[in-house]
Amino acid sequence: MTNIPETGRTPRVQTRLVVIQILVLSLLGTLGGRLWYLQIREGAQYQKEASGNHVQQVVQPAVRGSILDARGVPLADNETRLVVSASRTDLLKQKDDGKAVLTKLAGVLGMRPQEVTQKVRLCDAKTPQPCWNGSPYQPIPITDEATPKQALQIRERSEDFPGITAEPEAVRSYPGPGKSNTAQVLGYLSPVTDDEVQQAKDTASPYLRSDMVGRSGLERQYDPALRGKAGVTRYEVDNLGRVIGKAKSDAAEPGSNLVTSIDARVQRVAEYELDKAMKAARQQYDKITGTNYKADSGAVVVMEAKTGRIVAMASAPTYDPNVWVGGISAKDYKALTGKNSDYPLLNRATQGQSAPGSTFKVVSTAAAVQAGYDFNGNYPCTSSYSVGGQVFKNFEGENFGPISLGKALEVSCDTVFYGLADSEWKRDGGINPKKGQPKDWFFKTAHQFGLGKRTGIDLPNEVTGRVPDRQWKLDYWKANKDTWCKSGKKNGTYVEKIFYENCLEGNKMREGDEINYSIGQGDTLLTPIQEAVIYGAISNGGTMYTPTIGKAIVSADGKHVSEIKPRSHGKLPITKATRDMMDEALAAVTTRGTAAWKFNGWPQNKIPLHAKTGTAEVYGKQTTSWLASYSKDYSVIMTISQAGTGSGASGEAVRNIYSAMYGVQADGSIDNKKALLPTPEKSLPKIQPDGTIAAPKIPGDPAKDQEKIAKEVAQQGGTTAPDDQQTPATTPSPTDNRNTRRRPRGRRGRGRTA
Amino acid sequence: MTGANNFSVSGYGPQRAGWTRLFARDSVARRLDWPMLLAALALSAIGTALVFSATRNRTEINQGDPHYFLVRQLMNIGIGLALMVGTVWLGHRALRNAVPILYGASVFGILLVLTPLGATINGSRNWIVLGGGFSLQPSEFVKITIILGMAMMLAARVDAGDRTYPDHRTVLQSLGLAAVPILIVLLMPDLGTVLVLVTIILGVLLASGASNRWVFGLLIAGTLGCVAIWQLHILDDYQINRFAAFANPSLDPAGVGYNTNQARIAIGSGGLTGAGLFHGSQTTGQFVPEQQTDFVFTVAGEELGFAGAGLIILLLGVVLWRACRIARETTELYGTVVAAGIVAWFAFQAFENIGMTLGIMPVTGLPLPFVSYGGSSMFAVWVAVGLLQSIQVQRPMSA
Repeated sequence: MTNIPETGRTPRVQTRLVVIQILVLSLLGTLGGRLWYLQIREGAQYQKEASGNHVQQVVQPAVRGSILDARGVPLADNETRLVVSASRTDLLKQKDDGKAVLTKLAGVLGMRPQEVTQKVRLCDAKTPQPCWNGSPYQPIPITDEATPKQALQIRERSEDFPGITAEPEAVRSYPGPGKSNTAQVLGYLSPVTDDEVQQAKDTASPYLRSDMVGRSGLERQYDPALRGKAGVTRYEVDNLGRVIGKAKSDAAEPGSNLVTSIDARVQRVAEYELDKAMKAARQQYDKITGTNYKADSGAVVVMEAKTGRIVAMASAPTYDPNVWVGGISAKDYKALTGKNSDYPLLNRATQGQSAPGSTFKVVSTAAAVQAGYDFNGNYPCTSSYSVGGQVFKNFEGENFGPISLGKALEVSCDTVFYGLADSEWKRDGGINPKKGQPKDWFFKTAHQFGLGKRTGIDLPNEVTGRVPDRQWKLDYWKANKDTWCKSGKKNGTYVEKIFYENCLEGNKMREGDEINYSIGQGDTLLTPIQEAVIYGAISNGGTMYTPTIGKAIVSADGKHVSEIKPRSHGKLPITKATRDMMDEALAAVTTRGTAAWKFNGWPQNKIPLHAKTGTAEVYGKQTTSWLASYSKDYSVIMTISQAGTGSGASGEAVRNIYSAMYGVQADGSIDNKKALLPTPEKSLPKIQPDGTIAAPKIPGDPAKDQEKIAKEVAQQGGTTAPDDQQTPATTPSPTDNRNTRRRPRGRRGRGRTA
Repeated sequence: MTGANNFSVSGYGPQRAGWTRLFARDSVARRLDWPMLLAALALSAIGTALVFSATRNRTEINQGDPHYFLVRQLMNIGIGLALMVGTVWLGHRALRNAVPILYGASVFGILLVLTPLGATINGSRNWIVLGGGFSLQPSEFVKITIILGMAMMLAARVDAGDRTYPDHRTVLQSLGLAAVPILIVLLMPDLGTVLVLVTIILGVLLASGASNRWVFGLLIAGTLGCVAIWQLHILDDYQINRFAAFANPSLDPAGVGYNTNQARIAIGSGGLTGAGLFHGSQTTGQFVPEQQTDFVFTVAGEELGFAGAGLIILLLGVVLWRACRIARETTELYGTVVAAGIVAWFAFQAFENIGMTLGIMPVTGLPLPFVSYGGSSMFAVWVAVGLLQSIQVQRPMSA
């Protein structure tokens, strides 16, 4: 208002003009502010919306990589099927929206025209199945079972079939080389879920709605490598969905192949032997329960002792992995996962845990040595051990007098370990130790052996097992004391009495707890893979290798090979001297100890075998059989739930597996030609220049070849107990057994056997 | 053509060369408001590029010729510039005498629209189709004639020195003059133009120095009018829907809210520098309807980004700033009122047009001055620029 010219203008008008000017400029300022808000502050959001608006993606699936065994034999592969698809975009360009073409196509495929039309219509709220629920820009599969002749007809007359393609497409298959199965290790694929499609929508590798994703086993563990990268072509479309340009195109990258350390032949032998052993156990009469053994589940692990590589891993009960191919039927799915199924999808080698029984004694031996007991000292192996009115009996009630720890391993003397654990318990301060006083050598050693945590094997959902130490007891008591205190009775049934005791002092390490624990009973839980690591480590001098199945990831063109190197995750807490003495004791198990009757005639001088048997008791169930063993190259672990003793149920099977690998003949000679794997496979299979991997053929059935030898061995008495050995030393003695005090575990007990 | 203060007398003394004369001190060219002129030209130039970008792919409306709209827009601008030159040459004062004729012609024009000669486009009976792809929108010219007519009536006695402010009677008469075309436009119905006309009346009354009572009365009447329109269901469904979509931006993005939603996506996705001219995917994909006319600002938002769209707002600011300055600095009330009316018109139309694309105003069919494609609107704004320049040229030089 300072520069009013001599306009004769009244101040009223002048003021109003200034007001107008301010108003006008503030309106423009508002626009500018709003523009800034939309474009700068919220710009990213709108950019995303804009690209969602006008970019449509068409995805070309990548061929999934194969899973190969150590010699290149495919365990999981792809088979080619001829898929006939229709492109909606092309059909809609035609005058009748492609009706004529679809009718003609139906004729060629031998389908009803209506069937074909229904398959290419888009799903919406009003359209019932069949309909296409994927992207309308995606070629819509009409059939994946076209014959080559039909495909040829379509391709040769492509001008008659605009918008129709007939392409070979890869579909997963599990060929099961040499009759091996490997189901739980391989895992399975299942269709991608809507959530996963949504999540992967804007990532570099979006899913097709028809995509399959690894759900368990190696298929899941190595899914990112196996999957490859789907090719994506981005089309820009206008507001009516017409394609106005090709924005970006990434070719599909086929998935890498996974070379594993599995040997399909050994795998077959392991599976076969496990199955046979379980069947045999079911023929055996269990004197404790008065029925035959149930032998409801079991597992075998064959691991390279010096690398941790898994050569074979079998789990029973099992299933045919091919049921998943092309979508599983509801009936099959129920049989695999339903309440009444025996859960064949579980890999009992990594997901089954149970009390290890006497196979745990190597841990207790190491613990005793760490605690300061001399390996070669004299420890009383009495027939029973009494603590405050409770009697802990030796498994078979035998009495060997004062023996060394080595001998205690060899004859599996429980009372030696009872005594050691008890004196440690007392040294640690008894039932009410002072803070910081307990040294807990027995528990500490178990942790040093890597127990109570995952081994880190390259399979999903491994379980940890359990070391029932003070912390665990406290946690467990806190979680359960309400139940225990409510239903526990001082003078009630057995279970009620236990509940009563647990309520009072379940949070403390009781004398009986530690005694039970020292022989792998009570609340101790191990997985077969954990045992494989421990026994493998004893074999190789003390290094605990992380078990691996994947050996190398080889890109589809064969140019990039990334080897999965053996990794260790610690050393056993034993000196070389202790290891050597243990080694010797465990070798004696197979020559004159608890497993000797199953290894008659074994060429021990050429191929020294070491073993430890275990027979674990589970409240309300039959005993779990364990046999942990190793040679200089391999550790072989076998366990069968509800099957009797370690040597009785598993001895023969484990021997047969070794025989097959080393080529041991019935007469004890070694035939290197027949040996499946006398030394671990060190090299990778040969990769051809075109990226394919040469695979040797597996003639016949490796297990059947082995079977002949096994029969001869049995006839010679190599795996049956001689008459004079039908003594308590090898046969379980149920009556004595009942008197040793094992803690009943009610529901938990039932759930934890593998 | 020369003003009263021009010293050069034709026929005497040495004649300067034509172009020198044009730029001589006190010549018309020197006295023109160049910042406004250049800003307006820049807006039209940017607008042409945007219109081309928005229409080159729209085969259903460009008759298969990508340059169809480009050529026509250039023609429109050319005619608009000629009209501006003509307006300056005639001068706003001379035009004052022609106001009754112009006013009558424009009212006749909008009446004609209501006859079978008129065409309905986008729900508004707003057009006279001339054939050959040309059509006229007479309501655009009504904006000018109302300004000129009211200014003439309101300023006559003040400029004559009879009164300081227009008396009530004059104000009433001038409102009556405006009411006739407004009622006709309401019948079309073209709500956007009605709003522009009401805003023009407001600006004109304010600048004329009319009593505050009239100003507030008009505001109250306008509010009541809106309520009445709403209550009496005079609005068509599409107009109600536009308001509904404005009140709730997430409403039915595929239907009622589609326009605003897509417009906002287009602008928002531009970011700081935009996708580059001709590279906006929203524009290329024709996701925003009416993008060459009412939603032309979205092309700027998407392809030129905050820098380009902000420049358009800035240029509009320059035009309005200079127009306000002209309104303030001219000596006679007639010029002031005309300039203020034009300011009100441009400002409201720009704010409403850009505001609706940004989602802060409801959608109405108003073009963005200088930028949107269209003949009549382009002619009208350039005539308005001519009027402003004429006021500027003819005002006495400040000392």
